[in-house]
Amino acid sequence: MAEKNFTPDLSVMFAGKIYSPNPFWLASAPPTNCGEQVMRAFDAGWGGAVWKTVGDPIVNVSSRYSSIDWNGQRMMGLNNIELITDRPLEVNLREISEVKKRYPKHAVIASLMVESKREAWHKIVQQTEDAGADGLELNFGCPHGMSERGMGSAVGQVPEYTQMITEWVKEKARTPVLVKLTPNISDIRVVARAAKRGGADGLSAINTINSITGIDLDTFVPRPNVDGKSSHGGYCGPAVKPIALNLVQQVQGDAEASLPLSGIGGISDWRDAAEFLLLGCSNVQVCTAVMHYGYRIVEDMADGLANWMRGKRFARIADFQGKSLRNVQEWKHLNLNYKIVARIHEEKCIGCELCYTACWDGAHQCIHLDRVGPNGGERMTPAMHEAISKKSIAMTLIPKLDHAPTGNGSEPYATPLARIPRVDEDECVGCNLCALVCPVESCITMEQVETGLAAQSWAQRMGDASNPARKCD
Amino acid sequence: MSTAQKYEANPELVARFPEIHPPLDQVSAVTEANRCLYCFDAPCMAACPTHIDVPRFIKKIAQGNLRGSALTILDANILGASCARVCPVDVLCEGACVFHRYNKQPIEIGRLQRHAMDAFWRDGAKLERKAAAERPGRVACIGAGPASVSFAAEMRMQGFRATVFERKPLPGGLNTYGVAEYKLRSSDSLREIELVRSLGVEFLFGKDVGSEAALSKLEQDYDFIFLGIGLGRMRELDVPGGKHAGVVDALKFIADYKTDGKLTVGRRVAVVGAGNTAIDAARAALRLGAHEVRMLYRRDESSMSAFLLEYEQAGDEGVRFHWWTQPVEVIVSKDSSRVEAIQCVRTEMNSRGELRMLAESRFAIPCDMVIPAIGQLPLMEFLRNCRGLQVDGGRVVVDRATGQTSNPKYFAGGDCVNGGREVVDAVADGKRTALAVAKLLEKLHG
Repeated sequence: MAEKNFTPDLSVMFAGKIYSPNPFWLASAPPTNCGEQVMRAFDAGWGGAVWKTVGDPIVNVSSRYSSIDWNGQRMMGLNNIELITDRPLEVNLREISEVKKRYPKHAVIASLMVESKREAWHKIVQQTEDAGADGLELNFGCPHGMSERGMGSAVGQVPEYTQMITEWVKEKARTPVLVKLTPNISDIRVVARAAKRGGADGLSAINTINSITGIDLDTFVPRPNVDGKSSHGGYCGPAVKPIALNLVQQVQGDAEASLPLSGIGGISDWRDAAEFLLLGCSNVQVCTAVMHYGYRIVEDMADGLANWMRGKRFARIADFQGKSLRNVQEWKHLNLNYKIVARIHEEKCIGCELCYTACWDGAHQCIHLDRVGPNGGERMTPAMHEAISKKSIAMTLIPKLDHAPTGNGSEPYATPLARIPRVDEDECVGCNLCALVCPVESCITMEQVETGLAAQSWAQRMGDASNPARKCD
Repeated sequence: MSTAQKYEANPELVARFPEIHPPLDQVSAVTEANRCLYCFDAPCMAACPTHIDVPRFIKKIAQGNLRGSALTILDANILGASCARVCPVDVLCEGACVFHRYNKQPIEIGRLQRHAMDAFWRDGAKLERKAAAERPGRVACIGAGPASVSFAAEMRMQGFRATVFERKPLPGGLNTYGVAEYKLRSSDSLREIELVRSLGVEFLFGKDVGSEAALSKLEQDYDFIFLGIGLGRMRELDVPGGKHAGVVDALKFIADYKTDGKLTVGRRVAVVGAGNTAIDAARAALRLGAHEVRMLYRRDESSMSAFLLEYEQAGDEGVRFHWWTQPVEVIVSKDSSRVEAIQCVRTEMNSRGELRMLAESRFAIPCDMVIPAIGQLPLMEFLRNCRGLQVDGGRVVVDRATGQTSNPKYFAGGDCVNGGREVVDAVADGKRTALAVAKLLEKLHG
């Protein structure tokens, strides 16, 4: 076991060949548009950068981004219709060289996208590797614009194309080749397997998700608005993290697909990063959080991850990489005889009754407001409770004339007992909903109760013909 | 009605009485609205005497449905705009917010309510009656204060005819004449009454219907009569010199600056009393230019009827408090032209809990204006003229659920019933009574 005050080693050797001082790379996107940006990012603490995709020159539109805000939080999800780099190839190549000269220990990966011709791919591989790129990322994921021209996700959605172009690149490449996967496909493993068959050294996942973020209710034009019209874009940011984690798990849980994986999708802080690493990623890539707050966020990504690793006694990333993969199973292997129930820690309850209404309307009607009152025993519906309140007569209490309602000594907590709900544990199915909606930390906890039954999964139950449960379920 | 414009442009009044709770801008309102937990059967709603569905109207602000938000408020409380400004929210909705029990700032419900109502007015204040059809049945309301207005508005909403009789030239009662201008402008009060008039409520001003003859005429002409008469004149300071012109009771002082353009005040002002009206007068005196404002009270702060927040704010603004101080004489100059001081004695509570004056404790507080704020008297003469009306301790006795008095023809609400509480209490009384009267009218007319 490591010593208490040891310094965890955050460095990563991706696919055995690409070194970076920490697992935090910038994803191929606006934050890696030019050399000046990438150098400032490295100064801020980023371990690597995947250069904004290079290829034949394009022309962009304005505007390009739109976002989803949620309950006052900006940019929960971000959508873009920007294409690959709009700068000349030779400028990008010159700046890649310059960055590598000045920052030899940082990883610079060239993201590539050219038309589906062997010679074109051979040429771009040669040019970027000559410029000094430490690795190549094949952009088979971009879902908008480029896909209409037979590139990006138009390649990544067809396993045969993915395999073929990966093979072309591998014919020429001397550095590791990563294939960036699109999530806009029914089974991501099929394309991952094709990339692996094509000889890829690693994968990146996920690229952005096809999206229309919203429609202006005055002009009826979806966002982003380009002269009164819009087009579907690619969705990213915190909202997509759960989707990305699932797709990462799908790839890493599949022996024919699994490769060193660079995790992407809504990573905003060190906890997000740790989750991707726990599902088997070798490092992570970040874009939206940087577009929102700037390069400076990497400081806490590194600091927070190191502190967590110290607390868990992980000396290096490899010590926990993939540790959660074994904990993801098919549903049929989950234990049917495991039971938890909700417990309300009434001393913490503030009386908002969100658990009550959630359980009645969204779950199993097993949380009740019957701690006080004459209706003991009779089950009251939410509407009955509301009707009583609306009929009550309230008035402004004047300090001199009226006694304050609290302090009569009969209430054990600041919250009136009448507003503290009760869980009927016999009826509770342990769904978690009440704990999820409760605004107070640790006020509702889910506690295991003994069922007296041995662990048994659906698979086991169905495999056991003598089990009577088989018939009635 | 042109009265609404009458006070719009009194720039000096506006300048001297900036709003104590400035409006929220759109972004701040949405941010604040998003903090609301959307409690089920919310304590804020239960605490509001009019039971405004607070989480619902706040959610609508968060979701960009400002008209829906305002209509949610108005559905429960037709004077939602003035209540948003004058309610002592820290002892009502905001005082009940569950965040108090979670070490967080309560939601700024009052300011959010104002935000929705301001948008309603910006939008042209369009309000439809609930029942488009006219229904048989007519009611008279005496007094055009919040209780009557609320009662009349709900009756009209349901299609009945409602007429409001008011002695004074302007409607709104204390909302127009008596609420501190930094909380609610008279013009805003009048604008709100205009909304009620637009529903079809009839207002008759300068009508004193307090005589027995006038009341029996009303009894003949109307199915039911609602008494929203409030309270009468303020108690006088019953000491030598108490009738001097330099002694002005608090309600007159407030009405003078609010609606009579009288923006003068003494240089050194002594306010007698420690209720909310006393505080309003003291703070107004400061705004009108008094150099020194002192409040005199014969007990101490633990007995005052003012709300704690009001008291603290007055202290912050520079009002000085003299506890255990009882005025015994207003000292006037030799030529009787002006007040020179107020003579007081010290008081104390004896072991039996009785207040007594201390001998040899006379002292004078120099001042040139005295504002007594020691409570309003009930309108006993008027009440005696209502046949069979039971009155207890100056308050009209009613059935709480229906507002019905001991004379089944008469209903009552607001200050004449509760002895003097808040605008929202009067609105709640009026609304609750209207619902009961509407049922009776349905029975009566089929």
